[in-house]
Amino acid sequence: MSDFNIHYIAKLARIALSPDEEQRLGAQLGHILGYIEKLKSADVTHVEPTAHAFPLVNVTRPDVVESSMTNAEALRNAPAHAGGLFVVPKILD
Amino acid sequence: MLHRLTISELTRRIARRECSAVEALDACLAQIDRVDGQIKAFLSVDRDDARAQAVAADKEVAAGGSAVGKPLLGVPIALKDVLAHKGQPLNCGSRILGKFVSPYDATVVTQLKDAGAVVFGRLNMDEFAMGSSTENSAFQTTLNPWDTTRIPGGSSGGCAASVSAGECFASIGSDTGGSIRQPAALCGCVGVKPTYGRVSRFGLVAFASSLDQIGPFTRDVRDAALLTQVLSGYDRRDSTSIPQAVPSYVGSLTGDLRGMKIGLVKEFMVGGLDPEVDAAVTAAVRQIQSLGAEVVEVSLPHSEYAVATYYIIATAEASSNLARFDGIRYGARVDGADPMELNSRTRGAGLGPEVKRRIILGTYVLSSGYYDAYYLRAQKVRTLIRNDFLKAFEKVDAIVSPTTPTAAFKVGEKAADPLQMYLSDIFTISCNLSGICGMSVPCGFTASPKLPIGLQILGKPFGEETMFRLAHAYEQSTPWHREWCPQSNLANAS
Repeated sequence: MSDFNIHYIAKLARIALSPDEEQRLGAQLGHILGYIEKLKSADVTHVEPTAHAFPLVNVTRPDVVESSMTNAEALRNAPAHAGGLFVVPKILD
Repeated sequence: MLHRLTISELTRRIARRECSAVEALDACLAQIDRVDGQIKAFLSVDRDDARAQAVAADKEVAAGGSAVGKPLLGVPIALKDVLAHKGQPLNCGSRILGKFVSPYDATVVTQLKDAGAVVFGRLNMDEFAMGSSTENSAFQTTLNPWDTTRIPGGSSGGCAASVSAGECFASIGSDTGGSIRQPAALCGCVGVKPTYGRVSRFGLVAFASSLDQIGPFTRDVRDAALLTQVLSGYDRRDSTSIPQAVPSYVGSLTGDLRGMKIGLVKEFMVGGLDPEVDAAVTAAVRQIQSLGAEVVEVSLPHSEYAVATYYIIATAEASSNLARFDGIRYGARVDGADPMELNSRTRGAGLGPEVKRRIILGTYVLSSGYYDAYYLRAQKVRTLIRNDFLKAFEKVDAIVSPTTPTAAFKVGEKAADPLQMYLSDIFTISCNLSGICGMSVPCGFTASPKLPIGLQILGKPFGEETMFRLAHAYEQSTPWHREWCPQSNLANAS
């Protein structure tokens, strides 16, 4: 897996890694990807993909308003909140 | 020895007023005090909440509440730390959830409470159900009650260890690639992964949504059938739950295997299997034959691809599902200059190495340029694996195999080599990829040290009745499920 760039993929995954972690995880993932290469020998010509073992289509319910969590309940586990909203760092200057 | 009863025995005693729900709970709590310092199955127990439920159950018994309307009235049942229980902590064995408290009950918790159960405790697990030993828990490693130098299996290791150590009468876990069946086998109890869609996943923190299924750990097959019956059924809050009537699983336990056809998988009879596991499973197959079932060979030609397929599909789904742990709406947070830095730092600090490995692998197999080569190809191989099973089930009613290639391994033995750990799931993984049902029942012990061995029974989609009938007939004709781990193992509990 010469083209597996752990630094780039970790950034896509939004996970900050220390240089030491990058080195260790990168080596382990290279090993695992080597094993996964095995799949290339399976003949999948004309085979449809399976996303779910029992695909159900168009699962709908009547569009009726129901009670849900209160604002206070929804914010109860938030690391930071104010004025009934989640607090995040500034996005725009 | 109240804490050693099966659910059937306990509910009979409670109905006859020979013991109370409070006494049953106290027996569990006393056993937890005696052994959990050593076993480390529980992350926490809210004793006051549990006692309030037990007192309420006793009031219902006094008012004439019967086992018919409430089949679990007064039975203490513990939960894996991945299921939402209103007002209780939920951590998934991870630091990233911080001091999270569940705002609602999972559907299975509602079902247990409606059936009269006393739902209590948070059981240890590999972080986000990723692992086969509980060594990936951010909090503690649970130990095997049969040998405390060994792992209990995983990811639902706390569920299996607690039932086998007599700390609860049953527990509820989740199985994505073997996380119920493997620890059940290694700790010597019964574990069931129902058919995909049979049990609602509402309130189960998702790992891989197309593979996850909730199921019970019990001391015998009758209890497993009863609990699966309570947990099964359509739930409009889970759009993958299947609207199909739930038959009487307990009613299917006839003890009669005449006319039943059992498959042995040709591809599973290859190297790598521990000789004692092989001997125990071979003896179990002979026993099943002697009970009147016919045994034939079946082929699952794409089995060799199952582990690779699983580690693409499960990690891809996990990378998407675990994106919700972003440090913004709940859980722990590490601040950053902007939201992206906050996300990355929070996840870097809050997630353990195995979860990071799998999210990164899943992100890679879904990333632009690699999707077709990995994810789409794996989904196609999944079709081949599933078709193999459907074809085999045209010939047989159930398939039997070892649950695991070896008995419980030592703490630390596979911790440094993730791929070796993944390969220990070789017999359990294809069941989840195919969406069929499966379970593990005790089928013997290794000689020295004495460690449990599990027999895996795989059934057709919605074939739970046949699976339970086979498991029950086998169990009732063997002594394994009546054996207890030596108390001397637990004697030096702190």
